[in-house]
Amino acid sequence: MSILHTVNKSPFEKNNLESCLRYAKNGSAVLLIEDGIYAALAGTAFEKAVVTAMSELDFYCLAPDMKARGFLESNMIDGIKLVDYAGFVDLTVEYEKVQAWL
Amino acid sequence: MKIKKCLYVNRRAPYGTSYALEAIDMVLIGSAFDQDISLLFIDDGLFQLKKGQDTADVEIKNHSPAYRAFEMYDVEKIYVSKEAMAARGLKRADLLVDVELLSDSRIKELMDEHDIIFSF
Amino acid sequence: MKFVIQVNEGPYQHQTADSAYQFTRAALARGHEVLRVFFYHDGVNNGTRLTSPPQDDRNIVSRWSALAAEHGLDLVICVAAAYRRGILDESEMKRLDKDAHNLAPGFRISGLGQLIEGVVLADRLVVFGD
Repeated sequence: MSILHTVNKSPFEKNNLESCLRYAKNGSAVLLIEDGIYAALAGTAFEKAVVTAMSELDFYCLAPDMKARGFLESNMIDGIKLVDYAGFVDLTVEYEKVQAWL
Repeated sequence: MKIKKCLYVNRRAPYGTSYALEAIDMVLIGSAFDQDISLLFIDDGLFQLKKGQDTADVEIKNHSPAYRAFEMYDVEKIYVSKEAMAARGLKRADLLVDVELLSDSRIKELMDEHDIIFSF
Repeated sequence: MKFVIQVNEGPYQHQTADSAYQFTRAALARGHEVLRVFFYHDGVNNGTRLTSPPQDDRNIVSRWSALAAEHGLDLVICVAAAYRRGILDESEMKRLDKDAHNLAPGFRISGLGQLIEGVVLADRLVVFGD
């Protein structure tokens, strides 16, 4: 019973990512959308926490939200996968339920 | 109708937003659907269960008595994060209902064991 | 696969309604069934047909209506949240003795039970909010 966790807040503003990482179980996935995409960027104060979490969780980032905010795949932490909305839908099918950290 | 294990996850403090009130409404309505209901309080959601809420001066309805009525609706599984309690300086005696304290690592499993997660 | 989509925020202030719309459209394009889109909390504000954005902006409300017309989507507005925020259909306008109604085409007003029932019948619940 694996979970897809969605995070839509910037980690610089809210603790949603922190809570998500606290409760996400080994083998589940995190999808960063909307302002959540800032957690996917390399060279930020949160990079270390995300990279550490990546040893247990799969990380995805919604490409349209990243592009809208002026960032490119090359700005992202290595190993985070970009998906479009169709890819978002596929992830919700692949994982058995979705928990939105709002 | 299928019986699904539904977990209501409460993460927000009361009154600052209406999510706590909405969660109560949904639990009460949900109980009529004969689903297997559990409530989980993590993060600031714990503050919803604080004893002694008095909303007279803010003129918002005090919805906290509802938590004590949950038992009558067969909603008896109320879980609270032990770590979140400690982080907020709360003790069991500060809460207005009996709860089961769980560690965050146990809560990971709990979320996994449910079919549906409603988040508030 | 059968989806229920929950929308917790109104249009324009948060990206919520946009994300939910894009997801719903993508799910339909992928051949999935969207059993219901349930508008909850401030999300009920997605259902007022009086929404009038400037011409160079998207019309979030009519976009939902168009998607509903095209795919036979069930767009449900939470009744308790809607009445609090002044979203009414014609029959409720009469019942509550108000002078106007504003529910957009393709939407209907109903109870939280519709969300719970939908979720019990569906394979996935996907929530968008703030």
